Amino acid sequence: MYEFEFLKPASLDEAVAALAEEDAQALAGGQTLIPTLKARLAMPSALVSLTGVEELRGICSDDQGRICIGAMTTHGAISRAMIGKVAGLAHLAGEIGDPAVRNRGTIGGSVANNDPAACWPAAVLGCGAAVRTNTREIAADDYFQGMFTTALDEGEVIVEVKFPVPEVSAYAKFDQPASRFALVGVFVARFADGVRVAVTGASEDGVFRWAEAEAALGGDFRAEALDGNAPGAKGMLGDLHGTPEYRAHLVGVMTRRAVAACA
Amino acid sequence: MPDVTMVVNGEARTGSVEGRTLLVDFLRERLGLTGTHVGCDTSQCGACVVHVDGQAVKACTMFALEAEGAEVATIEGVADPDGTLSPMQQAFRTHHGLQCGFCTPGMVMTAIKLLEDNAKPTEAEVREGLKGNFCRCTGYHNIVKAIMAASGQDVPVTSVE
Repeated sequence: MYEFEFLKPASLDEAVAALAEEDAQALAGGQTLIPTLKARLAMPSALVSLTGVEELRGICSDDQGRICIGAMTTHGAISRAMIGKVAGLAHLAGEIGDPAVRNRGTIGGSVANNDPAACWPAAVLGCGAAVRTNTREIAADDYFQGMFTTALDEGEVIVEVKFPVPEVSAYAKFDQPASRFALVGVFVARFADGVRVAVTGASEDGVFRWAEAEAALGGDFRAEALDGNAPGAKGMLGDLHGTPEYRAHLVGVMTRRAVAACA
Repeated sequence: MPDVTMVVNGEARTGSVEGRTLLVDFLRERLGLTGTHVGCDTSQCGACVVHVDGQAVKACTMFALEAEGAEVATIEGVADPDGTLSPMQQAFRTHHGLQCGFCTPGMVMTAIKLLEDNAKPTEAEVREGLKGNFCRCTGYHNIVKAIMAASGQDVPVTSVE
């Protein structure tokens, strides 16, 4: 690791001020960032740890009934809190990494990083959630802008993610067992006004909505409604774990599994 | 260099560290608590699992300064001061849940939390709970047996997954 200054602000305002410095980098749970630093793939001048910012932690509801999850809430805490409330979120959070990783890794860190195989982007986009930052609220459909790319400005900090509560939801993940990221992960959520299907791990552009499946499931919310359906292989990721064709096929399979799990 | 203070195995410990000093390096190199191992150093293997404020974490993927003011428990604090093994350690011994022993500190620390969170896990839940701990010797069966035994349940005889 290159040297850096370690800062631990106690409030969001202090954190935002510290992050205004050139090459300052926010540190959430560190489960991706610390390995990245060890590999010398990043060279921040300062790491601004958000651990001490209490206002970024915890889960509550807003006046629209949305579940608001503080950015520094860990996957483990979210999973435990969502059991019996939103099955898709409980399941997704409880399958990230391993137990020790879930005790440190946070929703805010995952959403800010937008790894193309991370699980949280699928839930955020699949629920049509909103990402609230220190300056504004960003709809999920506008937030994710491609692999490791988001609408966040330099120095902007995620405060919380606001999830509309679906009638039913499920997440189906085809595990890449070495990394424990999703080879393909599909989040399906049914709302009164329609169905959303968000796919992670598959596309070169990161998380995306599978519009064809949303339309089919909107009319007939059964796995059979997608029999034989899969998105095209064009634009899908190809690597030693799977070809674009394989991933495209998996999107169909995992979407059907997620719909079946909603029953 | 900034100072960091934390309670390690019930005792307040202070030391000066760099920003980039990992918790595991503080424990091993500053405090001499070398029972916490570094296997992969990439947060895969779990040999470095310790408890921070009551939660199992990978000490190689947390900075020492993030543990400021925290309660940290390492493998050195698990047995009684007179050397009597804890029930989990004894179960690992009885069921031969280790061969080379390198992964064992992390396994035991993970297993202790696993049973605190779920006193009577199924065998599948034990295996799921060990997802972040690698053992390259045992094939896991005896580790699973040890944890099942430590939970007071019958030890599985035919464990195939």
